[in-house]
Amino acid sequence: MDAVKRYFRSPAAAIGLILLLLIVAMAVSAGLLYPRDPLALAGRPLVWPFSNPRFLLGTDNSGRDIAAQIFYGARISLLIGGVATVIAILIGILVGAFAGYYGGWVDNVLMRITEAFQTLPNFVLLLVLVAVFGSTLTTVTIAVGVVSWPAPARLTRAEFLSLRNREFVQAGKTLGMKDLQLILGEILPNALPPVIVYASVVMAVAILLESALAFLRLSDPNVASWGNLIGLGRDVLRVQWYVSAIPGIAILVTVLAVSLVGQGLNDALNPRLKSR
Amino acid sequence: MSDTVLSLDALTVRLPKGADRSHALSDVSLSVASNEILCVVGESGSGKSMMANAIMRLLPNEVTIERGRMMFDGRDLCAADPAEMREVRGAGIAMIFQEPMTALNPLRTIGDQIGEMFAIHTGLSKADIQARVRALLEDVRIPDPKAAAKAYPHELSGGQRQRAMIAMALALDPKLLIADEPTTALDVTTQAQILKLIRDLQQRKKTAVLFITHDFGVVAEIADRVVVMQHGAIVEQGAADTVLNDPQHAYTRQLIAAVPPLKAPPPRILSGKDILTIDGVSKTYRTGGFLGRGARVTEAVKNVSLRLPRGATLGIVGESGSGKSTLARCIVRLIDPDRGSVVLNGKNWAKLGREEIRRETRHIQMVFQDPFASLNPRRKAAELVAQGPIVHGADRASAIAEARQLFELVGLDPSAGDRFPHEFSGGQRQRIGLARALALKPDVLVADEPVSALDVSVQAQVLRLLAGLRQQLGLSIIFITHDLRVAAQICDLVAVMKDGAVVEQGLTSEVFGRPQHPYTQALLSAIPGGDFTRKRDALIA
Repeated sequence: MDAVKRYFRSPAAAIGLILLLLIVAMAVSAGLLYPRDPLALAGRPLVWPFSNPRFLLGTDNSGRDIAAQIFYGARISLLIGGVATVIAILIGILVGAFAGYYGGWVDNVLMRITEAFQTLPNFVLLLVLVAVFGSTLTTVTIAVGVVSWPAPARLTRAEFLSLRNREFVQAGKTLGMKDLQLILGEILPNALPPVIVYASVVMAVAILLESALAFLRLSDPNVASWGNLIGLGRDVLRVQWYVSAIPGIAILVTVLAVSLVGQGLNDALNPRLKSR
Repeated sequence: MSDTVLSLDALTVRLPKGADRSHALSDVSLSVASNEILCVVGESGSGKSMMANAIMRLLPNEVTIERGRMMFDGRDLCAADPAEMREVRGAGIAMIFQEPMTALNPLRTIGDQIGEMFAIHTGLSKADIQARVRALLEDVRIPDPKAAAKAYPHELSGGQRQRAMIAMALALDPKLLIADEPTTALDVTTQAQILKLIRDLQQRKKTAVLFITHDFGVVAEIADRVVVMQHGAIVEQGAADTVLNDPQHAYTRQLIAAVPPLKAPPPRILSGKDILTIDGVSKTYRTGGFLGRGARVTEAVKNVSLRLPRGATLGIVGESGSGKSTLARCIVRLIDPDRGSVVLNGKNWAKLGREEIRRETRHIQMVFQDPFASLNPRRKAAELVAQGPIVHGADRASAIAEARQLFELVGLDPSAGDRFPHEFSGGQRQRIGLARALALKPDVLVADEPVSALDVSVQAQVLRLLAGLRQQLGLSIIFITHDLRVAAQICDLVAVMKDGAVVEQGLTSEVFGRPQHPYTQALLSAIPGGDFTRKRDALIA
């Protein structure tokens, strides 16, 4: 309860949450407001925004409703952002927890693997994965998750390193707890807050990664995503710039909302840092 | 003794909303004269450190001085602006802290940091500053002052660091020295040296000293006058002799009574059967080095052999680094000993495998030092206590119910089980830790400094509880402590450790009454307020 109160004390965090809820509302209401397929042709191509009441945000170069694509795109962005983050955080916690708890050669092996992933640029690795496994929505989501785990892994490991020698962990040991009980029941709940906060960063980056893929036309072309729309708009960027700009703003707002929520969580979960 | 250096007049300091009381200090009036040591005594939370910070105007942002005056050197520090305060700090009033390691910059040499005082406040040349620094370090009797000036903080021992801090504080011949628990983090023999040093320097330089402590033993050792604080207010003040020998206020009497007597209680009859025998246990640490070259070898525990009779309490005493905690952890197998045997109920613990230890661990349980670190902050109290039985196969509901009974046994309200650790005080937390260890019905309890983090009055309560439980449950206890006074109260047998080895062991009354080893003698004579306590003990007896 305290954490909730602390969260809403910061106006930025509250605004972030409102924005994020708006985007979720867009994703949920997309089917109600735009019952037709957002990728179906709807009218003349390249209608400017606010010039035709039927297409509030205009149409793209093949005559599809941009507003509909933005609403449906919210679904894709949140889906990819959410699922990829869960994948990345799960792998990260698993690797980090074992490396940090056991130390020694386990730590050495796991950390060398993590470093191998970290030294490769994320995006290049993502391109390789998509090139090999194809670019359906599922593979893109998993690929984004798989390239994002090293940072949460390092963070979890650092937390475990400092927590594993605390007296309450030793007390657990003297009570006869098994390693897994100690890791999951005793240490992890205490190590989690900074990792949860970092999840917001992972989510923002995941959304951006998908957009970047789509911009290169390497994301799933059969779904309405903001990245795809930006990619399409590339051909008409000089004159009909709005085709790229509108989904660009949508991405900007989403990433901003996610980061504000993350910052708010940080302040709420680590109250001592806040009162500086 | 006449001229007043600092006088506080009805000083009142307000705490931010949501603190456990509205004022950190209420109407505190006192004065310190030159060439005297005024001791401020109180338990944690009494506001004594807050007062030191208020005088230095180093209060946290949310904490404000509500009213009152602090007259120093003809001006009111409450009204001084930041520039004036900078002049006062260091040159007029200097301060030393409990933990010298955190008060020193780890990246600069000691000489540099002391020299900085002169560089900031005076226009001396570099050579002059160096000479002054050398003289100061000689004054505080650091061994090899020349080398100490070039050393970094981590290269000095705790006592030497505190000497360096004192040198820094005295650099500009301040009129007032505020010492905030300067010896609390030090070993007892080092503490005695530092107390003597402060006394000597104070007499030589005629400095006024405001000495903050929680330990009446230290007060008896060093104070000219005493101020006793409770809940942010002064309950009693007067000359040291008067307050110590004829305390007026009930709280002062309670604090003095809580100072443990030095004499061991009459020995109890001990069982002829040993429940635990430790034989030749050794543990060596090797750090650093590549392929065995340049490695540092530390013998933490050297060939220790001890016996614990059934139902007895064996105290292991020693200063920090003596290996007593490592030994405790070897006994419960949190650390694997290199050699030797630990035989409990006919089983050699030193040789058991991981899985067996997990099963057998309920026979030997541990109580930890820090009541704040030893409880998982995210579990409720009842859950913490029930954890052990659940791990060993009890069903959850009955384990929780049993935990509530244990709460009663250790003197806690059974309904407190639904609270989280941070909602308890230090002493209450230590009771939870005790209940957790007892939940498995162990034969042997290993207690690692279980009362060192507690205030004296709470300390006495926990020790009484432990003694009561020992009787009631037939527990055998290994009691690790650095405080000989605590050991004298509860232990039937003591073993004195130094540098990993046991130098003397035997019945408590014999070891403390007629110490044989010079180290034991040194430890006993270094206890702060020893003369006072002995005199009082003699009166009681």
